[in-house]
Amino acid sequence: MTTATYALTDSWTMTRRELARWGRQPVTVVVNLVFPVMLLLMFGYLVGGGRGVSGEYLDFLVPGMLALTMAFGLEGTMVAVTQDLNKGVIDRFRAMPMANGAVLVGRSAADMLQSALGLAVLLAVAAALGWRAHGGAAGLLGAVGLLLLFRFAMLWIGIHLALVAGKPELVQAVQILVWPVGFLSNAFAAPGSMPDWLGTVVQWNPMSHTATAVRDLFGSPGGEPGHLWAAVLWPLALLAVFFPLAVRRFARLSR
Amino acid sequence: MTDAAITVEDVRKTYGGGGGNNRPALDGLDLTVARGTVHAVLGPNGAGKTTLVRILATLLRPDAGRVEVAGCDVVREAYAVRLRIGLLGQHAALDEELGGRQNLELFGRLYHLGARRARARAGELLERFELSGTGHKAVKQYSGGMRRRLDLAASLITEPEVLFLDEPTTGLDPRGRAEVWDSVRSLVGGGTTVLLTTQYLEEADQLADRISLVDAGRVVADGTADELKAATGGDRIDVVLRDAGQLGAAVALLPVPKDAVTVDTDRRLLSAPVTDRMAALAAVVRALAEAGVEAEDIALRRPTLDEVFLRLTGHDERVKEAA
Repeated sequence: MTTATYALTDSWTMTRRELARWGRQPVTVVVNLVFPVMLLLMFGYLVGGGRGVSGEYLDFLVPGMLALTMAFGLEGTMVAVTQDLNKGVIDRFRAMPMANGAVLVGRSAADMLQSALGLAVLLAVAAALGWRAHGGAAGLLGAVGLLLLFRFAMLWIGIHLALVAGKPELVQAVQILVWPVGFLSNAFAAPGSMPDWLGTVVQWNPMSHTATAVRDLFGSPGGEPGHLWAAVLWPLALLAVFFPLAVRRFARLSR
Repeated sequence: MTDAAITVEDVRKTYGGGGGNNRPALDGLDLTVARGTVHAVLGPNGAGKTTLVRILATLLRPDAGRVEVAGCDVVREAYAVRLRIGLLGQHAALDEELGGRQNLELFGRLYHLGARRARARAGELLERFELSGTGHKAVKQYSGGMRRRLDLAASLITEPEVLFLDEPTTGLDPRGRAEVWDSVRSLVGGGTTVLLTTQYLEEADQLADRISLVDAGRVVADGTADELKAATGGDRIDVVLRDAGQLGAAVALLPVPKDAVTVDTDRRLLSAPVTDRMAALAAVVRALAEAGVEAEDIALRRPTLDEVFLRLTGHDERVKEAA
């Protein structure tokens, strides 16, 4: 077999490793899928209200929750990579005649798969609650694409942070920090309802662009057509920074 | 050259790039391991043992020096080295969530055995390491000894030419240790070259054909256990007194210079190197009797590797001052 085939089969093997882990921890998988649903219900019905939102709040909230779920994925990626580093499994992989990148590719594939599943569950629950995408199938597909692109950027930030920090303590710090960063967005309320400075910060948050663009594609309140480019370019810009950094960091484990 | 499985020449490694005042982890280390032998690298914490193993296993690049494993350069031919080695790191390198069998199949696939052979090989290894009954359990439910055995099985998937064991029994209870020792012994018959690092002198004594004593990033002595013991003054005489108060007086009675005697007050024990065993024994018995110093026990013995190590690294001076 050639090097290229090895790269593919090894990446697939590493992806299957993650899938096998799911099979071993069905409860964890379910909890991870249910958690965003819980947030949706909490903000939709319990806390709800949606300051500055015109129209149906659920229609406004669902795209925000989808984007937030993608942002929180960063944390899961970071935890998994940190665990592998500290358990020494990555050392074993690196001392084996396998394709070097497969460890990271397998991680990305599995995390993307889990996120896609998370999106599907969240959309299904939202639909059951009466939420509808008014933008048609093309709008729905486009929105899912934007969300997964955003998740992909978060994924590589997560890998990079894990490789830089590599310590469980830092994972905890990040787990706490994703909350304010996730909430400093337009996921739950329109920036217009916030104090000027806060609204500005919120509008700069890349996650807000994704949420706004998704709202637009769904034909929901809070959607603005101008954010599509930002929702594509922000994740690409983050990837352009963090993908090479993470790959370099991984290669430098031998320093 | 041809019969060396491992050649290490003047290898240096300083973490953090060597700038500033970082102490080098390896400071000109040399080592040769013959094919099909078990070689122990013995040294205290921080001697550079793990750094050496990580360089040999292609996980870490040396700053300088030449390192060859199974005839391949670890930097320029890292991939070729990886095809020929197995590694048992200090911490069990397993997926804790997966079962024992799943772990072995995963590694088998990554060695490109293909699905069927990976499965068959996993079965063989589970059997060999007496883990067949627990192969379905998640590794996090394994005992320390089982985990270590599975880890060892994982490093033997392709029957490597050279196997590295980094402190294979650290943190194991005596039973787990015995299990691992048995496994290592059974490997040697198969012609595998084993390099193991350890802090336990007994482990080196039990398992290794040759031993390198390492301290502060360099080899301070090299040889078989017997050679090393013989190199540091041969036999020793141990005298246990009834009364600790007489230890001082007894030191003067031994037929060796005062500073060669080690004193252990708690155990009321004097220990000294001797050259002529029987003459020394007779002389000590007589001298003690004449001085009226009562001994509880007098024994001749070979030095322990502990004593050899302390002597060769020069740390013995400090030990004596403390005593």
